[in-house]
Formats: sequence, C-alpha cells, structure tokens
Amino acid sequence: MTSKLIRGYEVVIGLENHVQLSTQSKIFSGSSTAFGAAPNTQASPVDLALPGTLPVLNRAAVERAIRFGLAVGAKVAPLSIFARKNYFYPDLPKGYQISQFEIPVVQGGAVEFFVGDVRHKVNLTRAHLEEDAGKSLHEDYHGQSGIDLNRAGTPLLEIVSEPDMRSGAEAAEYAKTLHALVMWLGICDGNMQEGSFRCDVNVSVRKPGEPFGTRREIKNLNSFRYLVDAVNYEVNWQIDEIEDGRKIQQATVLYNPDTGETRAMRSKEDSADYRYFPDPDLPPLVIAPEWVERVKGEMPELPAVMAARFESADGLPAYDATMMTQSLATARYYEAAKAAGATPKLVANWVMGEISKRLNASGGEIDAAPVGPELLARLIARIADGTISNNAAKQVFEALWSGEAGDVDAVIEAKGLKQVSDTGAIEAILDEVLAANPKSVDEYRAGKDKAFNALVGQAMKATKGKANPALVNELLKKKLG
Amino acid sequence: MKPVHDMGVAELAAALKTRALSSREAVQALLDRIATHDRALGAFLHVDAEGALVRAAAADAALAAGNGGALTGVPLAHKDIYVTADMPTTAGSKMLDGYRSPFDATVVARLNTAGTVSLGKLNCDEFAMGSANENSAWFPAHNPWDVGRVPGGSSGGSAVAVAARLVPGVTGTDTGGSIRQPASFTGITGIKPTYGVCSRYGMIAFASSLDQAGPMARSAEDCALLLSAMSGFDERDATSVQQPPQDFHAQMLAAREGASAGRPLAGLRIGLPREFFPAGLSADVNAAVRAGLAELEKLGATLVDVSLPRTELAIPVYYIIAPAEASSNLSRFDGVKFGHRAAQYDDLLDMYKKTRAEGFGTEVKRRIMIGTYVLSHGYYDAYYLQAQKLRRMIADDFQQCFTQCDLIAGPVAPTVAWKQGEGKDDPTQAYLADIFTLPGSLAGLPGMSVPVGAGEGGMPVGLQLIANYFKEGQLLHAAHALQQATDWHQRAPAGI
Repeated sequence: MTSKLIRGYEVVIGLENHVQLSTQSKIFSGSSTAFGAAPNTQASPVDLALPGTLPVLNRAAVERAIRFGLAVGAKVAPLSIFARKNYFYPDLPKGYQISQFEIPVVQGGAVEFFVGDVRHKVNLTRAHLEEDAGKSLHEDYHGQSGIDLNRAGTPLLEIVSEPDMRSGAEAAEYAKTLHALVMWLGICDGNMQEGSFRCDVNVSVRKPGEPFGTRREIKNLNSFRYLVDAVNYEVNWQIDEIEDGRKIQQATVLYNPDTGETRAMRSKEDSADYRYFPDPDLPPLVIAPEWVERVKGEMPELPAVMAARFESADGLPAYDATMMTQSLATARYYEAAKAAGATPKLVANWVMGEISKRLNASGGEIDAAPVGPELLARLIARIADGTISNNAAKQVFEALWSGEAGDVDAVIEAKGLKQVSDTGAIEAILDEVLAANPKSVDEYRAGKDKAFNALVGQAMKATKGKANPALVNELLKKKLG
Repeated sequence: MKPVHDMGVAELAAALKTRALSSREAVQALLDRIATHDRALGAFLHVDAEGALVRAAAADAALAAGNGGALTGVPLAHKDIYVTADMPTTAGSKMLDGYRSPFDATVVARLNTAGTVSLGKLNCDEFAMGSANENSAWFPAHNPWDVGRVPGGSSGGSAVAVAARLVPGVTGTDTGGSIRQPASFTGITGIKPTYGVCSRYGMIAFASSLDQAGPMARSAEDCALLLSAMSGFDERDATSVQQPPQDFHAQMLAAREGASAGRPLAGLRIGLPREFFPAGLSADVNAAVRAGLAELEKLGATLVDVSLPRTELAIPVYYIIAPAEASSNLSRFDGVKFGHRAAQYDDLLDMYKKTRAEGFGTEVKRRIMIGTYVLSHGYYDAYYLQAQKLRRMIADDFQQCFTQCDLIAGPVAPTVAWKQGEGKDDPTQAYLADIFTLPGSLAGLPGMSVPVGAGEGGMPVGLQLIANYFKEGQLLHAAHALQQATDWHQRAPAGI
C-alpha cells in the first residue's frame, strides 16, 4: 500500500466503532432498547443496579455478534469471557461496565472498500460485546445533573480495526463501509444521530519508515464528514507540534464541529485503572459450532459475494459492482431494475449518476426514490430501442423524479422527445447538410475527422437534437463513403 | 402439645397441617418470645409483627381450604442480606439505612410461595463480611449459650434466632463459612448447598463466585425441607444450575444400599483430611469432633485418612478473590441512586468519598481496599490470577479425595465461639479461623455443620461434613442418621 505523505509525514489511523445492536431488549436485562422514551422509563431494577440484581446475557445480542464475525471472515470464538471494567460515574449504575477484555467474541477479520477506484483492505483486531452506559443530562436541572438510564445496558458491539488507514478519506470510507455492512446484516439501525453508530479515531503521524508515533484518540464522531475534518485538523496539529519540537502526549480528544478543532479531554496520566477482571456473575460465553452454522444459514448474501456475482454474471466492472452493493437497498434496486429487463451496466450508470446525485442532494434513501427500479427500466428500454437519446432520457428522468409525470412514454410524447429514426427523413436532412457545407465535406475527404463531427452537429441542429445520433453517424458515413 | 418454640420446622408443619395449631397461634407465640428475649440477643434487625400475623391468617385460610403445602404457615425469618419488598433491607450496613427493595429475592419469594410466614429480618455482619456478627452496623448479635460470646458470622443473627428458639428455621448465606461457622458456634444445623443450587438473585452480593444461600435450623430434616423449597434453577441468575427441582427430604430419607436398621451408614466412607486436624486445633473441639466421628462409625461408616494439601493456602486465596469481587460489587453503593448519600459535599468526587466513608464500616472498607489493590494494574497477575489458579488446584484436591471417600469430615472452626470483643484488633487472626470452611467454599462444594458436642464453657461444637457436587442428599442423609442417634441438636441453651 502506498500512502500519500502530508507535509512529509505518514498518517496512521485505526478506528474503534461502537455499534448499537438492534435487539428488542437490553444485553443483560429485559428492558426495552427503544430510543426516545421519557427518562428512566426503560430502566429495570437490573439496569438501575439495585442491590441483589444480576445480569443475564441476551442471546440475541450474541447472535448479532456472530453475524458480524461471519461477515468479516473473523474467528467466532467458541469461548469468550465477560469482564468488569470498574470506574465510578453517575451514569454507570453498577460502578462497572460489563465488557469483554482478554477474550472477545469476534477475533480478526477484514473489511474491504474503494477509495475512488483503488481497493483497500483494513484488518480488524477484534469485536467485542459490551453494555452501554446511561446519559448524564447537564442542562435544565437547576445547577444539578440529571441521570437517564434508559440507554444503560443497551447492547454494543465494539469493532476495533488495526492501524491500517493512511488518510482521513480512507478512514471515512472504512467507517462508511462498516456502517453499511452492519445495516446490511440487520444488526444495527445505523442511526448516527441517535448514537447507534459511533466512531472513535486513533490518529498518529510518523516519518516514513519510522515506528508508530504516539496516538491521540478522537472520541465520539457521529458523522463521516466530521471524521474527515477532525482527522485533517488533528494530523496538522500533530505535525505542527512535532515540527515545533514538542512530543505528542497520548490523550483522548474531542472534536468541536463549530470550531473545526480537536481539544484534549484527558491525558494518559489521568487515565483510570479499570481493574478488569472476569465477571463472576456471567459464565464464559460458549458458542457451539451448531449455533454458528445456524446463523450462517440465516445470513443475507454478503455485499462482497454479491458484488462478485454482479461482476461475473452481469459483466459489471469491479467498481460498479461495489457501488451497487453499497447498501442492501441499492442492491435490491439494481436487481429489481435488472429483473425488469434493463441492461445491468446501464442500471449501474443511472444509479451511480443521476440517482445518487439526487439522493445525495435530498438526503433521501434509494428504496424511497421517486423513480423506482421498474420505471427506470422502462426509461432505459426507451434508450435501448432508440426511442430517445441519452440527453432526452435525462429530461424524462427529471420529469419523473420531480413528480411532474409518472409514465415514461407519456413524458416522451408530451415533451416531443422522440428521436427521429426514420432513415428516409434523416437521409433527406443529410443531403441538405452536405449541400450546404461543401467545405466540411472536402476537409473530411482530405482526412480531417473533425469535419465529420461538424457535419453530425449540423444534422442534429437541423433536427433540433431529435435525430438518432447512431443513425446519423451510420448514414453520413455511407453518404461520404 | 409441646410449646411452639420447642417445635422444629417438620413438627410445626405437621401440627399446622392437622390443624392442631394455627399459624396465627404459632406466629403470635414466637413474636411474644422475640419481644421478651431479643433485646438481649440482637438477632433481629426488623420484626414485622403486623405483617406476619396477616400472612399467618392467609396461611390458616389456605390450610383450612385444604390448599396447604409442605411449609404452609411455618414461621421463619430471613438474613438481612436478602432483599424483601415488604420489609426494609440493610445488609447490616448504614449504607442501606431505610432502603426498600421493589422485589423479593428469589429464595424469599420461593419460601413465600411455599407458604412460610416471615417474621422479620435477621442481623448479620455488614455485607456478610465477618465471622462474629460484630461487624453489623447496627448492633452485635449475642450467642444464646453465653451472651458474652459471639454467635459467629456472618449469618450470626440467623444462628441466634434458631438457637434461642425464636424461630424454627431461617435463611443464611455462606461465602466462606457464614452458615456453617455460626451454626457450629450456636449448636444448630446449617447447610451450604453446591454453588448454583440456590439462586443468588436478590441476595446482596459480597463475593459472587462464592456466595450461596442455605437454610439453618435445628435438624438436618428441617434443613432438608427448607432447602427443597428454596433451591432450583432461576433464569434471573446466570450461575444458577439448570436442574429439575429436588426433594432433599426424600433424598435424606432414602436408605443406602446395604444399610440396616442399626447401621444406616453401612458402606459410607468418610474421609478425614489430616490438614483438618492440625496440632493447633483446640482440644475441646477435637474431642467433640472425634466423638461425632465415632458415632458415625457406630452407624456403619468407615473413616479414611485423606489429604487436602493446600488447606492453608485457602486463606490467602479466599482473602484475595472475595475482596476483589467485593470491591467491584460494592461500587454501586455510590450515593447516586439509592441508599446513603452524604449531606454535604463540594463536587461529585467529594460526594463519592464522603458517602462511602460514612456509609461503610471498617471491615468493609478494609476489604474494598484489599480488593482494589489486588485487581490493580501490575498486581492482577501476581495476586488475582495466581489465586484463581490455586483455587482450581484446591478444587482438584477435593476431587482426588472423593476417589477415596464419599464424604469429608472435620471441624467447622478451630475453636468454640470466642468472647465478644476478642480478636477485633487483629483481622488476620480472625481470617485464620476460617481455615476449615474456606476450602469447600472455594471449590463450590456443599457443606454442613452438625452439632456433635460441647467444648470449653459448655459452648457447642459442630462437625463439618462436605460432599461432592450436588450430593446434598448424601450429606443430609448422614447428618440425619447422626441426629437420629444423638441429641446434640435438641439441646437448648439454658435460661431462654
């Protein structure tokens, strides 16, 4: 992997993602995990850590971890251990968080993605199950802090990557791919605003060939754009420090999107000793091979497998195939359009072009796109059968997307976009064009290809762009023959 | 008919069933007795006379309607380490002064379902940490055989209530001997079942990998009846064992193969670990235990010499693992959500410090500090990890013994109950007194204390019996046979 240097430094990035697993109930209690309820209405005695309460593991959370492990080609540990991470904080009711420390449930694995058209692979260290903490509410309590324990005990899968990324763009692309994957697998709702998918980014810089520099961890980034901005700021800050002769101190930092700066929360010296030890309330998590097999049988086709199929069966270029598997919804759209008879490559072009352009602008989702896969297929069919040109198709598409019209042929009719494919009519026009442009004809015959294009342009102009360009080319060549 | 307070669980249940006695009468008689005697004994932290009479009336109605179960209407009381919805729960700590749980511990709920009538909550060492009941934040409990002596602990109040005939049966908990040692000190019978037989849900945790619930009563038979009702799988405790409900009373009565009327224990091999009979063992305890063993031999058992070579190591191992778990288990008592919170504080850290400094007693603080230390970065491997390895080896040593014998026997404690105030200045000396109960706790094995004699000052001496995993029936069978042949369990302290 070659990496671009920034001001002569190589950037090294590793991510830790907290993925909230989409279980109905919490990881160690029967309380609901639904978001947005009134404070503390979804906190049972177990979540409140009332004296005498004990945790019992929710197997649905384990099942989701297994899904993830299988999807990234990791080892699903036959035996893993829950440990206690001890620290005091008001929104941590037990005074410890149950997590996995020495032996996590998912070990290794890798995630692949494109940055531009370059394929990247990021290895994973591990993914482990743990419970979320509650929330401290520091506003509106008359100088006191409120505690909401609805979130306490929500299942999380913490996915830890190797320090394999070399730029903010790569890190963002990795995070996007992971985000898409966990939604694809149906193990996370992916809602970043509600904190269902959170990114902590470890950043360090070094001169090429040197050992890893000291890292700082940017905590709790909840948008991919912030991730890129935060990394870029942090990288320049670290290089400035080093260039000014200072050493980077290991620290946890927060990114402020308003100022675009990162700022240290706490240095390593202040970091707590968490006194991890195996939780005696929970026996080791044993995952029998049969369980893994059953989960495997229930898995959706994975994006990488599907992309390979789009390449081999549909003849899509690798890049297009990856783009068509960015999300399960995109893949379903692509397959539906294909099933409606559209040429695969043309579907991919439209999805990557007009459709994603509009979705990006509106923030909409493809499964709710105003132009559905069947409608797109009908549009593509009209291009393929020569009824309309590509340019005209874009106008039709715009009308369909905006809701101005609902039927492809009706739009073509109403807007008069049908191209002229009548050979006799085109020949008549060409005769006129040739007669009016003897100079171009001579130039073409003298070997100037440009002159040919000028003649085509004249013909198109004469038909107000409606002539079938392929036919114009063909007939013109014949006439000049 | 005998006075109510002279009846055990089985006798009372029989009398209630035949309607020779009503539950209300039984409960009222014992409430009167508690009112008379408990001021001097300190067994109860809370007595719920009104509620008990209401529950007794309900039990009587059920009995009248023919809907009574094995224990319907039988009065008992619970160690204050069990949370209860209808009474306060303090775990013997100021930290939980005024605390009321919204739910009942599983063990309590099961005994309620079986129809027992709870009279109140019983004194104990703070968070079950202690072996003399002198670490109760409220007041010490006194040994009814000599009120100047300790009743043992941590289930001290439980032991006193049974020994003084205030209730026929109680619940206790045993982490390193907290049922067996006070049973031995007060001349009653107590059983700690295999780890996982009783649910820990609602038992305020001291050391989760060791804590186990169990009954204390006058006889093995009474314990068997109570244990049958208390035990069983609970989906709210991931360490509870998935096995069908057990009838320990039937297991206790089941005749051994090859047994005869005079020799009910024929063929039973009882191992005596030589490490349980060290030179330093008090002569009076040794004599009483030997006498008990001789009785068992008379009943047909054979005594076998065995070895538990790591017995002494059980003390450091236990006093690393138990405080480590306790230090984490007690983190939830932080003044934020329930229990005590300091009245004045500057900020969050100050609130934590003051709350915990005020709420916890000396021994609890000592164990939190030990536990925090042994789990600290750089010490974990040297202490906690080593202790876990040794714990495994101690358990293996027992399995080695069980290839040579069916039960293991020895003293429960090296001495009889000591005088109140003794040993308060030297906690490590007190820790050494747990030497015979700790190995079985670390291995998770079932163990009992059965009264077998009197030692110095007429104080009771208990014989400890340890069985292999899930062999509670065998344990109860041997103890029952012994109690059929002796009357130590029927003796009551004078003056009460």
